[in-house]
Amino acid sequence: MVGGNTMNKIRKIREFVMAKVFMVCALISVLALTVIFLFLLVNGLPAIREIGLFNFLFGRIWTPVSHPPSFGILPMILGSVYITLGAIIVGVPIGIFTAIFLAYICPKKLYAMLKPAVNLLAGIPSVIYGFFGMVVVVPLVGRISVLLTGGGTGASIFAASLLLGIMILPTVINISESAIRAAPNSYYEGALALGSSPMRSIFFVIVPAAKSGILASIILGIGRAIGETMAVLMVAGNQARMPISVFRGARTLTANVAMEMGYAEVGSLHSNALIATGIVLFVFIFAINVLFTIVTRKHKGA
Amino acid sequence: MDIKKSNRKRHLDTLLTATTWTFAVLTLTALMFIVGHILINGVPHLTPSLFEMRWTTENVSMMPSILSTAMMVVITLCLVVPLGMFTSIYLVEYAKKGSRYVKVIRQATEILAGIPSIVYGLFGSLFFVNFMGLGLSLIAGALTLSIMVLPLVIRTTEEALKSVSDGFREGAFALGSGKLRVVFRIVLPSAVPGILAGVILATGRIVGETAALIFTAGTAPNIPQNLYGSVRTLAVHMWSLSGEAFHTNEAYATAVVLLLIVLIINTVAAAIAKALNSGRIK
Repeated sequence: MVGGNTMNKIRKIREFVMAKVFMVCALISVLALTVIFLFLLVNGLPAIREIGLFNFLFGRIWTPVSHPPSFGILPMILGSVYITLGAIIVGVPIGIFTAIFLAYICPKKLYAMLKPAVNLLAGIPSVIYGFFGMVVVVPLVGRISVLLTGGGTGASIFAASLLLGIMILPTVINISESAIRAAPNSYYEGALALGSSPMRSIFFVIVPAAKSGILASIILGIGRAIGETMAVLMVAGNQARMPISVFRGARTLTANVAMEMGYAEVGSLHSNALIATGIVLFVFIFAINVLFTIVTRKHKGA
Repeated sequence: MDIKKSNRKRHLDTLLTATTWTFAVLTLTALMFIVGHILINGVPHLTPSLFEMRWTTENVSMMPSILSTAMMVVITLCLVVPLGMFTSIYLVEYAKKGSRYVKVIRQATEILAGIPSIVYGLFGSLFFVNFMGLGLSLIAGALTLSIMVLPLVIRTTEEALKSVSDGFREGAFALGSGKLRVVFRIVLPSAVPGILAGVILATGRIVGETAALIFTAGTAPNIPQNLYGSVRTLAVHMWSLSGEAFHTNEAYATAVVLLLIVLIINTVAAAIAKALNSGRIK
């Protein structure tokens, strides 16, 4: 009787302790996020204060090691925006049309090939994309650029956009496809019954019905493109100057961190300005997250 | 007039069909071109010297990097799998539905999942490498990566736990089992395949990662003596090689190995997930 009681007590204590252990583990992800946030802010904000927020965000000159140094990241902000925009122009139409194809038109046998292909595309490491970009895309773009502008090596906004356009395809395709599939089939049948052709029913009835899901896929694609580092680093040229042409090089926010973190002295204004670059990147990603939440919430409400 | 209109309609139909097919074929071509180009140019250069146990500037062997990658994977998984599993056990089995904690944890993991890998690298170099004084090391890299893949492990494990039928839990409770016993003896064993698929996916992320590792694990090309030694995983090795003009062939060959490893890992994960799904429908 007494033994049973202590057994019960031990069991209760064990249950209680483990329940707490699970909870503590669950809170670690919150803790990790907080620490990441704090470390970026504590190291980056003083640099922004020293440089001046306006001079930092809108300064056109980035010369961290000259005397006196200049820390303006506008060239990198524009670099990121232009390259992301280019990736969207390349990747979104191809992605959405492929998603429509997968959801409505694709013969079953082809689907069994195309769908895994899209997933494989998602699995290729970005350093491989970057290498492919270096050996194939850059020389090709270089030739086009010489033909059109009489110069340029090919390492350019154009090359980076092309490569990133391919890299965001799986994101755009997979999310758009499920959005298109989620649109009620009765819409499609109704459109057919009203005498619309299958293609017109898909494009003018189903696609508009799935538009918030498709929009969400584009937003996630933007997030992927703006956060990409290695592939862009290997093909964009990385010159820290205001972008002048799509056939000339540019540097993104991510590339700025990746290029200079290796030699910036720890604790120096240079290193902290790079961390501040990370904060700006974080703000971009956060804005994209918020946008995504708004778009998908609307979708659920409707 | 009417004929003109219906003609225009038919033109639009043809145009839409043609565009859809073209773009879908373009997607397939992009994949086949990338993979094909790397295989064709890389496979002939897979020489034995690339697999020697010691890296030198002459042989640029990838063998030490392959082994380093394996170490990085094992250490990261040892850190992240228990943590991710316990988190999802809390979320699925313990937390009250709609509790504030759950919302905060969900939000945090979602934000973590969206952070670019270079920001993880930045944080890792600030926190693990400098603040904690671990230096450019295997352990600093593994700690950084474990935060990076944590959201993935939590999400997949959560789904696996949720898919375990409530009847199992109720049956075990009815037989007098305590909650812990139900979780560890009943729920977890039935969720193993789903958890495994998540772990394999996480492995794929770790193997393919570069940006988060350059400033946390460094680029030392040989096998480290211990946890505090700098290492270069295969993906980082690939990046270093691609910057060297005289090793293009070796870079292609390395790309083949990296590509195949990652593709095999992802295919296995997809196969497990698919088997799971078809099993559930039956």
